[in-house]
Amino acid sequence: MTDKKHKLLEVKGLTMDFGGLRAVDSVSLAVHEGEIAALIGPNGAGKTTFFNCITGIYTPTSGDILLHPKGLSTRRLNGLKPNKVTEMGLARTFQNVRLFPGMTVLENVMIGRHCRTHSGIFRSIIRNRSVREEEQETVESSYRLLEKVGLEKFVNEFARNLPYGAQRRLEIARALATDPFLLLLDEPAAGMNPYETSELDQLISRISEEEQIAILLIEHDMKLVMKISNPIYVMEYGKKIAQGSPLEIRDNPKVIEAYLGEEVDA
Amino acid sequence: MLREFKQSLLIALWFVFLTFPLMVVRVNTIENVVVWRWANILWVAIGAFVLSYCWRYMLARRQRQSKKAEEGIDTRGPLQAALDNVQLRNRAMAVLLALAVIFPLVFDTYQTSIMVTALIFVVLGLGLNIGVGLAGLLDLGYVAFFGVGAYTYAILNANFDLGFWIVLPIGGVLGCLFGVVLGFPILRLRGDYLAIVTLGFGMIFKVVMENWETLSRGPSGIANIDRPGLFGLEMTLAQSTVYIYYIMIALVILTIIVTNRLKNSRVGRAWIALREDEIACVAMGIDMARTKLSAYALGAFWAGMVGVLFAAKTTFINPAGFTFMQSAIILSIVVLGGMGSILGVILGAFILVLLPEYLRAFSEYRMLVFGAAMTLMMIFRPQGLISNLRQIYQYKGSKDSTAHDG
Repeated sequence: MTDKKHKLLEVKGLTMDFGGLRAVDSVSLAVHEGEIAALIGPNGAGKTTFFNCITGIYTPTSGDILLHPKGLSTRRLNGLKPNKVTEMGLARTFQNVRLFPGMTVLENVMIGRHCRTHSGIFRSIIRNRSVREEEQETVESSYRLLEKVGLEKFVNEFARNLPYGAQRRLEIARALATDPFLLLLDEPAAGMNPYETSELDQLISRISEEEQIAILLIEHDMKLVMKISNPIYVMEYGKKIAQGSPLEIRDNPKVIEAYLGEEVDA
Repeated sequence: MLREFKQSLLIALWFVFLTFPLMVVRVNTIENVVVWRWANILWVAIGAFVLSYCWRYMLARRQRQSKKAEEGIDTRGPLQAALDNVQLRNRAMAVLLALAVIFPLVFDTYQTSIMVTALIFVVLGLGLNIGVGLAGLLDLGYVAFFGVGAYTYAILNANFDLGFWIVLPIGGVLGCLFGVVLGFPILRLRGDYLAIVTLGFGMIFKVVMENWETLSRGPSGIANIDRPGLFGLEMTLAQSTVYIYYIMIALVILTIIVTNRLKNSRVGRAWIALREDEIACVAMGIDMARTKLSAYALGAFWAGMVGVLFAAKTTFINPAGFTFMQSAIILSIVVLGGMGSILGVILGAFILVLLPEYLRAFSEYRMLVFGAAMTLMMIFRPQGLISNLRQIYQYKGSKDSTAHDG
């Protein structure tokens, strides 16, 4: 399976220390083209820290994060600034929604287009034809993305006024606006009701198929993970304890132990 | 009804008690007698009583408004609604421009001079608005950039005899440069820390100018700075004031156009995003360092430019003119007018500069009124006098092209 597909993201022995605390301990994983990979684990296992290392919010203590964009040379992401990582085609969402609350829904998505557009200060002041065209293009493409995630009816609403599920989807739309080839979703279904969750899993599958974007997601909702993702990586106490298809993971004794706790013999 | 009456009565009593030592008792130290001014009690009581009713009414009104806003009902006042109407806005602007042009022809030199001061603060407010209002970078030392511009002109004029028009852009660029210089060390700072560092920067500027005698001539300042020239024409004081007034009008218009365009551009959106959420902002591919520095640099640019004009207008500057008080007033202009709102900032500048000027009779109470007004403002209208006008986008969409337009 791994031989045929192009490897997009390769993480080798990633370690992250906070003082004396090792939050992520030599974790390796890979995401291939067309995959929806999932990273699961109990609370505090280091999943979000792992995400933050990849996206440049933290600089990892050791290990390699390699990005292999199709048709371009390999890039090492360690220590790059978050905006550089995003520019390279890696977009993310946040566990606790981080929208721009005082901007409209459309403007939120337009921010995502920032790294793909070029008008600087002087051209913005002159506002010549090419700048106006670029602006219009940004508006149109952002609106199309809103249609894609089903938020076009909120277009001029402030982001803070959206219902929670819609905020989550807006975050995905904003991430998509950066034209990524790999999308990192940090607990996209957290706090959603079952109906919203089922809408979300359709959306994620659709993004993966239609847009040809590989996805790596952190999730606690096992139903969602088992349904849409393959492979699954499991972390506990900063270490990777298992990886494989949903079926393999379901029956893995280590995983069951991590989630249900060790049996104590009295 | 009765409950409210009782409450107001209690408030009135409380105020009588609080103000008793100040308002009633007066010790005449010459004749060693105590004068009891009992009539004052009555006024305090009546005042407090009436005000408490006003206060209650305002609070109730604000609650109703926020409730309406939650239900999605339009809560814009008539003024805000009128401003959202583009046609009406354009007409109003034309009228205002005409008024501005004929102003010095109708009023005397004194009035024109005051108006120039107000316009200087309009530009300062608009410049600070880029940093504070749009990018959310609190700056308590903004007056330093103003000072940089003023001293640039004063020093270059005194030592090298350079004219106003040559130094005007130099002042702007130097202000810009100092903006970047200040911007670098505070890239990582936020909130309180940022405020303290900028405050320090403002202080440093003043202290340096007071002590670097060879450059700035110290606390005695630089005098006899040339007024702006017009092809070597000799001008009287009155003519020169009118000339400066027109330069200032042009500068204000330029500032409005530029800041307005920037606000509604890719760069401006990045500033606003930075204000809203820094981490999300960088995760969406925005270069934080560049965005912050550009906000500082552009804000400082206007202060530098207008500083040159200030020096040319007063023909004398010294470090005492660039104190924290000035920074605080510029910041108040932005906050009072409405953060991020260009029109609001302009209105705020006129109110804060012109009112004290025309209410000289009450100048003792100026700071008292000022403080009270700001407090009330923050309670009843935290978004400022005029909230930000929203940009309207036109989009077609792929599904239905007609339903969403406008």
